[in-house]
Amino acid sequence: MTDAPLLSIKGVSKRFGAVTALDDVSLEVARGEFFALLGPSGCGKTTLMRLVAGFEAPDAGRIEIAGEDMSGAPPHRRPVNLMFQSYALFPHLSVFENIAFGLRRQGKDKPAILARVAELLEIVKLTGVEKRRPDQLSGGQKQRVALARALAPGPRLLLLDEPLGALDRQLREETQFQLKEIQRKLQTSFVVVTHDQDEALAMADRIAVMRAGRIEQIGAPAEIYERPATRFVASFIGQMNFLPGRIEDGLFVGAFGRLPAPPTNLPDGAKAALAVRPERVAPTTDDGLDGIVEDVAFRGEIIHIRVRLASGEILRVSRGADQGARASIGDRMRLAIAADAAQLFTDER
Amino acid sequence: MSARVLRNATLALGFAFLYGPIAILTAMSFNASRLVTVWGGFSTKWYSALVHDERMLQAATISLSAAALSALIATFNGLLAALALARFGAFRGRSLFAGSLYAPLVLPEVVFGLGLLLVFVALDVERGFVTLVLAHAAFTMCFATVMIHAALKDCDPTLEEAAADLGATPLRAFILVTLPLIAPSVVSAYLLAFTLSLDDFVIASFTTGPGATTLPMRIYSQVRLGVSPEVNAISTLLLGFVALILTASALLTRGRAKGGGAG
Repeated sequence: MTDAPLLSIKGVSKRFGAVTALDDVSLEVARGEFFALLGPSGCGKTTLMRLVAGFEAPDAGRIEIAGEDMSGAPPHRRPVNLMFQSYALFPHLSVFENIAFGLRRQGKDKPAILARVAELLEIVKLTGVEKRRPDQLSGGQKQRVALARALAPGPRLLLLDEPLGALDRQLREETQFQLKEIQRKLQTSFVVVTHDQDEALAMADRIAVMRAGRIEQIGAPAEIYERPATRFVASFIGQMNFLPGRIEDGLFVGAFGRLPAPPTNLPDGAKAALAVRPERVAPTTDDGLDGIVEDVAFRGEIIHIRVRLASGEILRVSRGADQGARASIGDRMRLAIAADAAQLFTDER
Repeated sequence: MSARVLRNATLALGFAFLYGPIAILTAMSFNASRLVTVWGGFSTKWYSALVHDERMLQAATISLSAAALSALIATFNGLLAALALARFGAFRGRSLFAGSLYAPLVLPEVVFGLGLLLVFVALDVERGFVTLVLAHAAFTMCFATVMIHAALKDCDPTLEEAAADLGATPLRAFILVTLPLIAPSVVSAYLLAFTLSLDDFVIASFTTGPGATTLPMRIYSQVRLGVSPEVNAISTLLLGFVALILTASALLTRGRAKGGGAG
């Protein structure tokens, strides 16, 4: 039993009228894992979360939590809590009563509730506001109250819908670390729904990248970044250059010239796109692609350079600010792409 | 300059048209003279005469209890209807349901009253207090529904989901979260239904029986015998009472719109 995944989603599909929100989705979340559902808006990630919470029922497939089939179980009987994107704090109740809401439903006695609310306010680093109402709180404070309220009943699994979406940038980064810290301390499984890849990469142990109701790839952040399974994942996560061309005798040939082809199972002569990260494109003095610097953007620790190749394609190149090789607009630049730095994708779908 | 004078004059004329009759009625209720059109000095004797008018007091009691009871039924039914409209999605026949709910808003009261009368006669129900309450409940329910539905539409359904997520059954979620948030509107709806029932003459005259004459009916039958200052007095009291309730209702609704977390 201890080896069973905490959350197991098996072949779940869901349609809303003519729209397919989820199409045969399967995934597993382990105990104590920080999992992220990542995808553009409308990819079905929120629907999936609402299915787990019990607000919607799947048309097909099963959802199991701690080995128990959840079909037919209403939201109030699931060992899962949800932190809403809008926070959904009860406006007529104080912060204390908001956090105590779930505890009261569990029938806890007064001293236990007092102690638990105090403990949670400590965890989310928010004290002295127990008597305030939600409309007297700042955005960051509301977010903490929502987190505390969702954690209060001690769920085995916490779902977080765009938990940082409503915060400004600085607060978001700080809160990312705090969320991770809280998750580590409590050893509760977290499933975060987000459209922000930086958020997912920074926080999650594993990420499921979703698109149009399907899962494109599940893996650790580094794995997804370095070995994207599909062209969509490659373009959605981080920056990526795509060069169109075809495979010829172990070489990748296009308008730009020839490059050593990365390992692939595509047949000779197949059309493909070569994908390479900006930081894996290296300026060189040997063989390479010639181009002219079109734009240089200084971003503190990193310099982004846009190079127009002789064939007309644009390549984005990024260099650490300390790696020298200062470039200015109009400079000639020769670029090398090593076979192991790139990946080939067919022009799919 | 002259434009401003003209504007103010128009305003004064408008108010005089609307409230002049009421002002005269109120003033005349304090008239010492028995003649309705001649001012004979200030007096409250018609009010004290009213206290001793058994039939008038009885009519007032019937009107007030019918209003209290029918408003209660109307508010409860209105709450259920508003919930169906606001929370059950686009169920089959929803437009028809909404349309038939709101029809009494525009239906001529004579038609509504006559319809009810026919039903009571067809079912061989003896007309009296019970039929009066039922008729008023049916008539005022649509107003209650409109008010409560508006409040429910403003009330974020994710709050109910949050309550369910935290372990509340649907009924508890409604009682603990939604109801407190829409409470001001529910009370307003009750007060509105109450005043509508209190004011109603047409539907009451169709649906009530000899044992349950309402205050407006009693006033009307007295006026037919000649306008007495006593009628002015009871009318002024009724007016003051209704104004008080409507003010309370307006204050409650405004509190909800402003605070969101009032109460």
